[in-house]
Amino acid sequence: MREGEVIRIAGTLVVGTGIPDITIGEVVEVGSEGLIGEVIRIIEDTFAVQVYEPTSGLKPGDPIKGTGKRLVAELGPGLLENIFDGVGRPLEDLIKASGPFIKRGIKAYTLPRDKKWEFKPTVKEGEYVSGGDIIGEVQETVNTVHKIMVPPDVSGKLLEIAEGEYTVTDVIAKIETEEGIIKELTMMQEWPVRVARPIAPDGRLSLDTPLITGQRVIDVFFPVAKGGAAAIPGGFGTGKTITLHQLAKWSDADIVVYIGCGERGNEMAEVLTDFPELKDPRTGRPLMERTVLIANTSNMPVSAREASVYIGITIAEYYRDMGYDVSLMADSTSRWAEAIREISGRLGEMPVERGFPAYLPDKIAEFYERAGRVKALGKPERVGSVTIVGAVSPPGGDFNEPVTIHTLRFTGVFWALDPDLAYSRHFPAINWLKSYSLYANQILGGFVGSFSMYRQELFNWWKSVQSDFNVYRDKAMEILTTAAEVESIARIIGEKSLPDDQRLLLLTSELLKEGFLRQNAFDEVDTFSEPEKSALLLKLIIDFHHMVEKVIKKRIPIDRVIDLPVVAKIKRVKFDPRRVEAILEVAQEAREELLKLAEEYRVEVEI
Amino acid sequence: MGVDVRDISGLIYRGIREVKGSILVLDPIPNVLYDEVVRVRAPDGIDRLGRVLEVSKDYIIVQVFGEESGLQTDTVIKFTGSTFEIPVSDDVLGRMFNGRFEPIDGMGPIASRDKRDINGEPINPKARIHPNNFIQTGISAIDGMLSLVRGQKLPIFSESGLPHNRVAAQIARQATVLGEEEEFALVFAAMGLKNDEARFFIDSFKLSGAIERSVVILNLADDPAIERLVTPRIALTIAEYLAFELGYHVLAILTDMTNYCEALREVSAAREEIPGRGGYPGYMYSDLATIYERAGIVRGKPGSLTQMPILTMPAGDKRHPIPDLTGYITEGQIILSRDLDSRGIYPPINVLPSLSRLMRSGIGPDKTRDDHKDVADQLYDAYSRGLKARDLARIVGEMGLSDRERLFLKFADVFERKFVNQGEYENRSIDETLDLAWEVLSILPPEELVRVKEETLEKYYYKAKHPEA
Repeated sequence: MREGEVIRIAGTLVVGTGIPDITIGEVVEVGSEGLIGEVIRIIEDTFAVQVYEPTSGLKPGDPIKGTGKRLVAELGPGLLENIFDGVGRPLEDLIKASGPFIKRGIKAYTLPRDKKWEFKPTVKEGEYVSGGDIIGEVQETVNTVHKIMVPPDVSGKLLEIAEGEYTVTDVIAKIETEEGIIKELTMMQEWPVRVARPIAPDGRLSLDTPLITGQRVIDVFFPVAKGGAAAIPGGFGTGKTITLHQLAKWSDADIVVYIGCGERGNEMAEVLTDFPELKDPRTGRPLMERTVLIANTSNMPVSAREASVYIGITIAEYYRDMGYDVSLMADSTSRWAEAIREISGRLGEMPVERGFPAYLPDKIAEFYERAGRVKALGKPERVGSVTIVGAVSPPGGDFNEPVTIHTLRFTGVFWALDPDLAYSRHFPAINWLKSYSLYANQILGGFVGSFSMYRQELFNWWKSVQSDFNVYRDKAMEILTTAAEVESIARIIGEKSLPDDQRLLLLTSELLKEGFLRQNAFDEVDTFSEPEKSALLLKLIIDFHHMVEKVIKKRIPIDRVIDLPVVAKIKRVKFDPRRVEAILEVAQEAREELLKLAEEYRVEVEI
Repeated sequence: MGVDVRDISGLIYRGIREVKGSILVLDPIPNVLYDEVVRVRAPDGIDRLGRVLEVSKDYIIVQVFGEESGLQTDTVIKFTGSTFEIPVSDDVLGRMFNGRFEPIDGMGPIASRDKRDINGEPINPKARIHPNNFIQTGISAIDGMLSLVRGQKLPIFSESGLPHNRVAAQIARQATVLGEEEEFALVFAAMGLKNDEARFFIDSFKLSGAIERSVVILNLADDPAIERLVTPRIALTIAEYLAFELGYHVLAILTDMTNYCEALREVSAAREEIPGRGGYPGYMYSDLATIYERAGIVRGKPGSLTQMPILTMPAGDKRHPIPDLTGYITEGQIILSRDLDSRGIYPPINVLPSLSRLMRSGIGPDKTRDDHKDVADQLYDAYSRGLKARDLARIVGEMGLSDRERLFLKFADVFERKFVNQGEYENRSIDETLDLAWEVLSILPPEELVRVKEETLEKYYYKAKHPEA
């Protein structure tokens, strides 16, 4: 037994001594209650431990036991539909052990030990298997087949393989390695959370498929690729959490890992209330069935907040290895960075920027680099991806701060949340002038290709319009940008004094903002906008713009156009439950009303 | 000379290595627990409470709550062997205590064998019930646009000189849950409040009869600043007990959190920690979270705990670390505006930057009314357009505005005067609030009300526009 003693306690940081062979990253048990901690520094014969539970009542001289293990995630069937704390304990088990308030020193396994799963082998005895190979399957939820894989560091000849009902700790296969050692495999494997799971050699693939999120401003203007990384910084009240919830709900990922890191408890309660009731638009099954939740709310121990992000990404990589598209939402990475800062401060490390240690950028880079679209290790060949969306909570809403700056360096998409938009309740409050997506060029083709993924009957019709999609998108962006300049002029001289072509820009930009960009997360119809609806709405507004352009060239006053009933309809058609059909109808009306107007002025326009 | 210790039993320690303000550094003593409570008696004979902040084999650091002048190296320390606990019982209702939980109403201390650590324990997120019971405060701006729900934590961001106390007292007086007769139990914690402000609240509770179901915990402006670190925790420990053991619906008012944060900064500076933004410690977010997150509703337990912290924004700056970090933790914020106040509007709530994150789960057809959400959205939209028009009018003059802009300008004026503005003792029902909203919205033509669904428009708009029809 490797046992030492505590010599100093300062908050969650405990210093121990007396275990000469302790290693960095080793999990230790502190005090008589066996509080879980991780060794983060070794200085001569002492070592510093960050403890994942409150340390009140510890005293110098209390025992510390080395477990010889690193902080690992238990991976296997039973992760989906579940909610865990920052070190992987199921919250339900904590309730069973200590009631609604979390007491410390509770031990709980991530995966249920008594539940039996129907294991179906996919390989035969005598075959040679190596790390990452799929040897069997378990139906984890109605729509998710959990692939049981050989742990990455094991290979050899398959001596035995089971079939039938087993728990995650039952032996389901035996492998004889080249050295002649017999290895027993279970459905569960462990993986150290701070190490990225290996992929096939040269297995990083280019990012060319969009993650369809059903959010127009994202899908059309600032798309994220499957396997990419996006940052969403914003001050409080700008809608970070709701945007992440929307992505977790509607994005076309197979698996969603949602990490609530240092955020509000009631928000996690909301996810737990909503997700089992909401249906995945592609499968019709409850969203919860594809979701893993990690909750370390702001009042839970700070050090576990640091660990929660790594547990989450390890679980995401594990499902990626089965060949799934996984998206991971982390809310908020700032709280994670602050946990790093707090621990660094207690260690007395030299701070560099705003108290953060010098290695903050490395930590951020390491995390976002675990995103990617990859060829998984092992047979059969399969491709999976992990997309990371990280919320950032900059102090004072000011993006000029270390966590935002370094996050932008390592992510490809920037969704800048804007307090002015949020105040006028324009959500998602993603500022279209400041945001960007480095993936847009590669993946917009993919967005167009995904048309009618949801509506097969429209497929052929779509093929004919999709080639214009980029043109519409660029035109909309151009109008929004120019309109912003015109608006600043209008703010000085008043809208009335502007020439009609500039007032048209303002009108179209208003239509784009109200009818297209703004999307109500709580409206039954508009919360999810399928790709064809998004594209068609855009087409409706831009076509209208071109038509009006022609009309006002014939000296028809723009005020008459603004007063047309169809203008209000364009703004509201997104709420119409008939979706695509309704938009087509409004497009027709727009054309007719403009023609009528032209007739009234006795001019001819070609629209 | 020296300290008289005849009345202290058990082991005591004499002698302090260093006194830094309220921080004491002691030589190592065996069996001292991290976070343990100590009693400190200086030669002036006054007892103070303290708490172990750090313990190692070489030194012990103790934080003293209470008067720091008079502390000397010749001071006696008694270790109590336990963390900071208070006795809890239903006797606390109707009582008044100082910031250390000593009675100040002339009655005896609370006696109970049931003791609770004032730090509490985090609520398991899975054991939370997502709050969805609408609380009617009788204030239109709040009920209509920033609805409060039971179990929420909704702070008031104010500035010195604004009537935040009157607003909070009005809420405390009028808050009810629709369809339930039961009134809230009030837990009132003052941190560094001026005497007259505290008096105002107590008088207001007395006047409305609420004092019988209130617990008042006062750390006043001339009380020791460091004590403010424990005051809100004591209050919330009592509030949790009332809510989750005795089944009360509790409204906890914590004021002024700015004073709390300043005490936190003071301690951090004394410990020579690396300061964060504005000199406040880097862990202030986590520290505040351990206070605010104690609001909620818990599965399998009766009662609920709703929090209304009040803070004054230094220099009226919402980006100052105190309101900033608070806003990141709480479920929204009610922001008071000096501009509205100076134009005589009470309550001077600036609805645009204000927010209630739990509003949507508390309103709607079965809870308030089917038009509530649309009305709120539309008021926000129209008012923000109205303010833009007002800005523009300052430059080009009202005559330079388009007809449409003039309409929105008029809307903004009427909205502020009729909807936001109301009497301090005026208690509007949610129906009155929403009808009033339609009355104000009827200034605008129907095609401008794009955030309202057609059927809602049909149902309410025309009725408000032509009430005689």
